[in-house]
Amino acid sequence: MDDVAMAPEGLEWKFSQVFGERAAGEEVQEVDIISAIEFDKNGDHLATGDRGGRVVLFERTDKIDGGVHRRVLEAMDCSSSQHPEFHYKTEFQSHEPEFDYLKSLEIEEKINKIRWCQTANNAMFLLSTNDKTIKFWKVQEKKIKKVCNFNLDPPKPTINGFVTTSNAPTSFKTCFTNGGSNDNPLNFRNNNVSLRGLTSLHLPTVTSHETSLLARCRKTYAHAHDYHINSISNNSDCETFISADDLRINLWNLEISSQSFNIVDKKPANMEDLTEVITSAEFHPSHCNMLAYSSSKGSIRLIDLRQSALCDTHSKLFEEHEAPGSKSFFSDIISSISDIKFSKGGRYILSRDYMTLKMWDINMGSGPVATFQVHEHLRPKLCDLYENDAIFDKFECCLSGDGQRVATGSYSHLFRVFGCSEGSTEATTLEATKNPTRRQVQTPPRFLRSPGGSDDVNGNSFDLTTKLLHLAWHPSENSIACAASNSLYMYYA
Amino acid sequence: MSMVDEPLYPIAVLIDELKNDDIQLRLNSIRKLSTIARALGEERTRKELIPFLSENNDDDDEVLLAMAEELGVFIPYVGGLEYAHVLLPPLETLCTVEETCVRDKAVESLCRIGSQMRETDLVDWFIPLVKRLAAGEWFTARVSACGLFHIAYPSASEMLKAELRTIYSHLCQDDMPMVRRSASTNLGKFAATVEPAHLKTEIMQIFEDLTQDDQDSVRLLAVEGCAALGKLLEPQDCIAHILPVIVIFSQDKSWRVRYMVANQLYELCEAVGPEPTKTDLVPAYVRLLRDNEAEVRIAAAGKVTKFSRILSPELAVQHILPCVKELSSDSSQHVRSALASVIMGMAPVLGKDSTIDQLLPIFLSLLKDEFPDVRLNIISKLDQVNQVIGIDLLSQSLLPAIVELAEDRHWRVRLAIIEYIPLLASQLGVGFFDDKLGALCMQWLQDKVYSIREAAANNLKRLAEEFGPDWAMQHIVPQVLEMVNNPHYLYRMTILSAISLLAPVMGSEITCSKLLPVVVTLAKDRVANIRFNVAKVLQSFIPIVDQSVMEKTVRPCLVELAEDPDVDVRYFSKQALEAIDQVMMST
Repeated sequence: MDDVAMAPEGLEWKFSQVFGERAAGEEVQEVDIISAIEFDKNGDHLATGDRGGRVVLFERTDKIDGGVHRRVLEAMDCSSSQHPEFHYKTEFQSHEPEFDYLKSLEIEEKINKIRWCQTANNAMFLLSTNDKTIKFWKVQEKKIKKVCNFNLDPPKPTINGFVTTSNAPTSFKTCFTNGGSNDNPLNFRNNNVSLRGLTSLHLPTVTSHETSLLARCRKTYAHAHDYHINSISNNSDCETFISADDLRINLWNLEISSQSFNIVDKKPANMEDLTEVITSAEFHPSHCNMLAYSSSKGSIRLIDLRQSALCDTHSKLFEEHEAPGSKSFFSDIISSISDIKFSKGGRYILSRDYMTLKMWDINMGSGPVATFQVHEHLRPKLCDLYENDAIFDKFECCLSGDGQRVATGSYSHLFRVFGCSEGSTEATTLEATKNPTRRQVQTPPRFLRSPGGSDDVNGNSFDLTTKLLHLAWHPSENSIACAASNSLYMYYA
Repeated sequence: MSMVDEPLYPIAVLIDELKNDDIQLRLNSIRKLSTIARALGEERTRKELIPFLSENNDDDDEVLLAMAEELGVFIPYVGGLEYAHVLLPPLETLCTVEETCVRDKAVESLCRIGSQMRETDLVDWFIPLVKRLAAGEWFTARVSACGLFHIAYPSASEMLKAELRTIYSHLCQDDMPMVRRSASTNLGKFAATVEPAHLKTEIMQIFEDLTQDDQDSVRLLAVEGCAALGKLLEPQDCIAHILPVIVIFSQDKSWRVRYMVANQLYELCEAVGPEPTKTDLVPAYVRLLRDNEAEVRIAAAGKVTKFSRILSPELAVQHILPCVKELSSDSSQHVRSALASVIMGMAPVLGKDSTIDQLLPIFLSLLKDEFPDVRLNIISKLDQVNQVIGIDLLSQSLLPAIVELAEDRHWRVRLAIIEYIPLLASQLGVGFFDDKLGALCMQWLQDKVYSIREAAANNLKRLAEEFGPDWAMQHIVPQVLEMVNNPHYLYRMTILSAISLLAPVMGSEITCSKLLPVVVTLAKDRVANIRFNVAKVLQSFIPIVDQSVMEKTVRPCLVELAEDPDVDVRYFSKQALEAIDQVMMST
C-alpha cells in the first residue's frame, strides 16, 4: 500500500503442506483443535497452540544451506519455484487444566495466543497464554551427554544393592567420617576401589554426539487477570509485553513475573454500566510507546504510554459510524472487532469484525481506508447465526509482509485473500484442503441461491462447525498457514 | 586403606558429582570447587579443571550462576595472579548465556579478576576478550561486553584506547535495545576511566546519542548517566553539557523519563552545583511538582525536603512552597501521602516563622485528609516539627486525627497509629496524654483483632518505660487490672500478656503487691488456655519477685496447677517449677 505503483496481479495459491490431516471419517478430538498460530520474526519457525494446552513448533527446512539444498532439490527433481517448507520440530505441554478454588472456576488449558520473543544463542523463546496464565518458554537444543571415566565406579544396582541414586555418594562420605565399619556392606566396595588405587584424581570424560530439543518454562506470569486473556503482545524494546483481558490491559517486564502494571482499566464502578469490552490488543511494531486495542463496539483506540501511567484516555480513536438507516438488531454484535493487527511498518491497522475486514490508516480517524466483505452471503442469515451463537465466533486476520494483501477466515474451512493496494480488485476464496481452489468458483453462487433459508444448511455448502478462525501470513513471503480444526494447512503463491 | 586415600575419597565423590544427574549434587560440587582445586593442585586445576568447566556451559542456570560466582574468587587456586588469565575462557562463555543473572554474575567475576590482573596480562588476555564479546554474534555477548570496558580501558595503549572508545560508541548504537540499555547503564563507569580530553568529546557525543534514543527504556537509563557524568566533568563543562540535557529530560514526552528525573533530581543538583540548581533546576523541579502525571508528582513530592535543603529558605518559600500547597490538595492520594511523609522535614529548613505562617495550615489540612496513610505519615514525623514550633499549635488538630485513626475500620491503620503512640506521648507530654489518649490505649486492649490487642499490650509497656513506674501505677495498672474480669477469655488473655510485659518495667514491689495477686486469681480460671498462660507468666516473674514471695505464693500456685486435669497446663506449670528449682539451686 505504501507504493502507488501498478496493482499486483492476483496470486495463484497452491497447496504446500498439511500437518495432522484428518482421514476420512476420522473424528476430531476436541483437545487437538488448533487455537493459535504464529510465525516468528523472520519466518523460519511456526508455532501452533491447541485446546489441549500443547504448543507445537515447526521449522523451515527449505533454506538450511545453499549447497545441500540444491542437491536435495535436484535429487527430488523439484520445480525451481521455491516456497517455505516446514517440518515438525518439537512440541511441549504448555498449560494444564487447573481449578481456581477461590472462585470455583475451571481454567481451561486451551492456548489463546502465542508470541515469539527475541532469539538468543540459537535458543527460541516464546510466550503462550491460556485464559489466565502467561508462560515464557525457552526451547533449546541440548546435547545429550555421555559421562564416563568416573573416579569411583559408576554405582550399579548390582553392587551390594547399591542403586544409582543420588544419595549413594553421600553414604560414602558418612562411612568415611565414621571411620568405616566392618559390617558395613559398603566397606567391601571401599576397599575394592582403594586397592585399584584411588591414589589419583581425574575429571570425568564427557562426550556428546546427539542433541535433543528441550522446552523449559522460564517464567510464569499469573494472577494478574480477573477476566479471560484475549491477547498478548511484545514491545519493540524486547523488555516488556502486554496482556489484555476483557476489561484490563497489563504491562509486564519479561524478567519479572511477580508484578505487572495496569495500564488500561475499562471496568466500570458498577458492572451493570458495562457496555464495551476489550477484544484484542497489540503493540506498535516499532514505537515502544504506542499500542492499539479494539473493542466489542467496533472501535480501535491507539494509546500512548508516554502520556500517563494509566492510559484510560486514548490518544486516537478509530471507528466507523453506520448510516442511521441501516441499523438492525445485529449491528452492534457484528461490529464487534475480533482481531487487530498492525502492518509491518506500523502505519496501518487491519481489523476484523464479523462480516468485514477493514484497513485503517493510523493518521486517519474518520473511517477505514478500505473495507472488504468476507462473507456477505451470510447477511440474510444473521438471525440463524445468532441463534446458534456462531455470530460470536472470533475470526483472526493477517497481513502479508509487504502489506499488499490481507487474509481472514470464514466458515466451511474457507479463507479469503484480498489485495489491498490501490486499484487492486484481488479477492480470492480458498478452501483449507489439498485443493484450495476447488470451491473457489461455485460456492458464492450457491450461497446466493439459498437466501434466508435456515434449513438448507448442509455440510457441503455452509458448514458452521468447520470455521477457520486462525491463520497467519509468513512475514516475508507469500505463504499462509491456517488451521482447519486439528489440521494445519500451508499454502504458497 | 592407605592414609593417602582417605582425603581423596570425598574429593573423588565431589568431582564425580560435577556430572551427577541430580542438580542439587552438581550445585553442591560447584560450591566446593575450591576444595576440588586444592586437591588437584594448581597445575592440574589450570590444565584440567578449568578447561573441563569451560565445556560445561549448557548446564542449568542455577549451576552456571554458582560457577560464575566461584570462578570470581579462584585466582589463588590456579597459581596466583600470574595465571589469572586461565579463568577468563570459562567466564567468557558464561558471559554469552541467555539468562541475565548468570551473565551479570560472570561480568562481575570478570571485573573482579580483571582488577587484580597485571597490566600486561590485561593487554594480552582481557582486552581481546572484551573485543570478542563486543563483536559477538548474539546480543547476549554484546550486553556483557558493555560492563567490562572500565576494567580493560586503563591499561590499554593509546591506539587500543581509541579502538575501545569506538567499539563502545558502536555498542551504543546497536540494533538491539538490550545492548543499548547495557551501554547506557555502564557509561558512567566507563567514562570515569576515560581521559578528560576524550570525555568531553567522544563520551559526551555517545551520551548525547543515548539521550535521544527512540526507546524510552534507553533514555531512562541515560538520566542516571547525567549524575554520574556530571560528577566527572569540570563544573563549567557540566553546566554546558549536562544541565541542558537535564532540563530537556525534565520535559521529556515520556512520563517515565520525567519520573526518573524527579527521582534523581537531588543527585543531579549535586552534579551541577548550587548556582545552576537555583537558576535552572528550580524551574525544572517546579514543573515536575506540577506534572500532569501523578507518578511524576509522587516522585517529585517525595524530594521536597531534600531539595529545599539545598536552596536558601527564601527560594524555598518563594518557589517550592506554593507547589507544596497545591500538592497538599492533590487529586491523587498517593501524591498527598508522599508529600505527608516528608513535609515535616521542611520545618527546620524554613524556620519558625515561615513554618507557622506557611506550613502549619498544610499540616493541618493533611491531618484531616480522608486517606489514612496521609494522616499517619504526618503523625509519624511529628518530632521534626515539634523541634521548631512546639507541639501546642498542632495539638488541637492532632487529637481528632488520632482518635479517628484509632477507630479506623482497617486494622492495619489502627496498628500503625498504635506504633506511634509512644512517640506521640513523648512529644505531647504527660498532661495531654492523660486527658486525651489514655482511654484510647485501654480501648485497644479490647479490640476485635488479635494483632491490635497484642500491639496495645506492648504499647502499655512502652508508655510505662516513657513515663516511669509511678505514672504507670496511677494511669495504667488500675485500669488494666479492672479488665481482668472480662467475660471473654481472649480479653482476659490480653490482660495477662499485658501484665507479663509490664512486670519487668514496674519492678518487684508493684509486681508482688498488685500484679501477682491478679495472676494467682487467674490460675483458677475456667479456661485452660488462661491457666497455662498463668504458668508461663509466673515463670517470667522468676527474675522479678524475691525468693520469699516465690516460695509463699508462686510455688504453691504452680504446684496446684501441676495437678490440673488439662495436659498443657500441667506441662507448662512443671516447666515453671523446674525453672524455679534451677534458680534456687544456683543461688
